[in-house]
Amino acid sequence: MSGAQGGMAMHDAGQDVTVTADGRTIGGVVMEMRNITLRFGGVVAIKDISFDIREGEIRAIIGPNGAGKSSMLNVISGFYHPQEGEVIYRGSKRPPMKPFQVARQGIARTFQNIALFEGMTVLDNVMTGRLNHMKATILDQAIWWGKAQREEVENRRKAEEVIDFLEIQNIRKTPVGRLPYGLKKRVELARALVAEPKILLLDEPMAGMNVEEKEDMSRFILDVNDEFGTTIVLIEHDMGVVMDLSDRVVVMDYGKKIGDGTPDEVRRNQEVIDAYLGVAHD
Amino acid sequence: MPDQLIFAMEVMLNGLLNGVMYALVALGFVLIFKASGIFNYAQGVMALFAAMTLVGIQQGRVPFGHLINEIFGTDIHYFGWEVPALAAIALTVLVMVGFAWLVQRFVFKHLVGQEPIILFMATIGLAYFLEGVSDLMWGSEIRNMDVGLPQGINDWIDANTFEIFGYGFFIDNLDISAAIVAGMLVTGLIAFAQYTKQGRAMRAVADDHQAALSVGIKLNYVWVLVWSLAGIVALVAGIMWGSKLGVQFSLSLIALKALPVLMLGGFTSIPGAIIGGLIIGVGEALFEFSIGPMIGGATENWFAYVLALVFLVFRPQGLFGEKIIERV
Repeated sequence: MSGAQGGMAMHDAGQDVTVTADGRTIGGVVMEMRNITLRFGGVVAIKDISFDIREGEIRAIIGPNGAGKSSMLNVISGFYHPQEGEVIYRGSKRPPMKPFQVARQGIARTFQNIALFEGMTVLDNVMTGRLNHMKATILDQAIWWGKAQREEVENRRKAEEVIDFLEIQNIRKTPVGRLPYGLKKRVELARALVAEPKILLLDEPMAGMNVEEKEDMSRFILDVNDEFGTTIVLIEHDMGVVMDLSDRVVVMDYGKKIGDGTPDEVRRNQEVIDAYLGVAHD
Repeated sequence: MPDQLIFAMEVMLNGLLNGVMYALVALGFVLIFKASGIFNYAQGVMALFAAMTLVGIQQGRVPFGHLINEIFGTDIHYFGWEVPALAAIALTVLVMVGFAWLVQRFVFKHLVGQEPIILFMATIGLAYFLEGVSDLMWGSEIRNMDVGLPQGINDWIDANTFEIFGYGFFIDNLDISAAIVAGMLVTGLIAFAQYTKQGRAMRAVADDHQAALSVGIKLNYVWVLVWSLAGIVALVAGIMWGSKLGVQFSLSLIALKALPVLMLGGFTSIPGAIIGGLIIGVGEALFEFSIGPMIGGATENWFAYVLALVFLVFRPQGLFGEKIIERV
C-alpha cells in the first residue's frame, strides 16, 4: 500500500494552495477516503483503498472493467455503504448517509447508464437539480406568492444559465426520452451542475460516445472546472481521455489501488502498465 | 326544436355532470399511480373512510365508541358538541394526512423496489383493513352527509330553459357544485405538479428513483405527500358521492366506476381523468337514452366497461397517457 501512504503524505502537505500550469487554483483537501473496504457477500469490490480529493481539481479514477470504480463512486455518493473505512468530508467524518442526504451536502453525480427523468422536458430535468436550493415550504408553494415565486424565478434563471453554458438551448422543451444518447449525457451533466455542487461526480461521462462527442464532453468538463472552480471526480476506463483531462489519477484494479499521482507518474507506473496491457506469465 | 333533441340535451348535461363525479374518483388513482406506479385498490375505501370520518367529526361522535363501550361497559356515543362543516373538513384532512403517513411508514416503506403486483396486493389488503377500521371507528349505519352544499333542482336553469325551449331542464345543484369543485381541484393539482418544488419532486420520483435520490429528493417524503393528496381527493369524492347517495359501505364501490375512466383517460394523466370521466358520463347517458329502450334498458351498468374494452384494443395507453417511447 505504498500508493496509499503517498496519498496520505500528500494530504498532510496539501493544505496549501497550488496553482496549475494553466492557471487554475487547487486548494486543500475537501474529501478523503480512508481505508475503504466494500464487500458484496463474499465478493470484495473495494479493498482497503485510501485517497483524497482536493478542492478545485479534476480527479480521475481509472481502471479496467470490474475494477471497482463505479462502486467507489457509489460509496462517495451514498448509494453504497462500505463495511470498513471512513469518508472525511470537509474536515469531519461523515456518518452513513442516504443518497438524498449526500446530495443535500453538495455532492452531485451522473450515472453510467444515465438516470434522467425521461418523461420530463430538458428544462424540467435541469430544474430538479435546483430542488435543494428551494427553501419555500409547501404552504408557501400553495399560496404561490412572495418566496415561492421569487425562488422559482431565481432558479429558472440559474437553470437557463447552465443550459446556455452546455449549449443545449435548442432542446430545452424536448422530452428527454426523445434525445439521442450523447445529448442525454449532456443533460445529465446540466442537472448535476445546476445544483452548484461542491463536488461533481461523473460516472463514465464519455462511455459510448463517438470521437466528436467525446471531444465536446471533454471541453465541457474542462470549462466547468475552469469557469466555476468545481471539484470534479470522474471515472473512465479510456486512459487517453483521462490523461489529458485530469490533475491527479487513482488507478484501481480488482478492487485494489495500484497507482495514485499525476497522469505522467501513473503512466510510468509498472503495475498500471501491467494492468492495462496484461503481464506475460511464463 | 323537436322534443327528442331537447331531451337528449338534458340527458347529455346530466351525463356530463355525472362524469365529473366519476372523474373525482379516478383522480385519486391517477395521483398515486403517477408518483409511485402503485395501482391503489383502496382508493374507493379511502373515500368511504374520509366521508365517515367527516360525518363522525361533524356530529361529534366518539371514535371507536362501540369498542370502548364494549370493553369498559360504558355507554358513550357522542361528545355532545357539533363541529361546523369547514372545521370538520379541516380535521378530516389532518386525519387523511396522518393515514398517508401511517401507510407509508408501515406498509410501503418496506416494499420499496418490489414488483408492481406485490404493491397492488398490498393495496388490496389495505382496502380491507381500512374498511374494518372505518366500521370499528364510526359504526356501519348509513349516515347523512350534510356539509351545506345546495341540493335539489336548480331553479335558474329550470326557468331559463323553460323560456327558451318550452321545457325546463332538471339539473341538480349538487352536481353543479361537484363540477365547480372538481374544476378547482384539477386546476390546483396541475399547477402544483407543474410549478412547485414538491410537484416537481413528485414527477421526478415517478420517473426514476435513482435519479431522484441523486438530486437530493427524499422518497419517503414525496410518497407521504402523494398519499396525502390522494386522501384529500378521496375526501372530496366522499363528500360529493356521500351527499348524493348517503355515506354507506357501497360508497367504496364507486372505485369500480373509475376503472373505465382510467382506461379511457390514461393512468398517468390528470386532465385525462377528467375528460375520460366526461366521455363516460355522457356516453352512458346518451346510450341509455337512445339505444337503451330498444334492448331493455339498464345499459349504464355495462356501457362504460365495454367502451373501456374498445379503448384497450385500439389505444392501450388511453387518450392522454404517456406514450411509450422506446429507442432501439
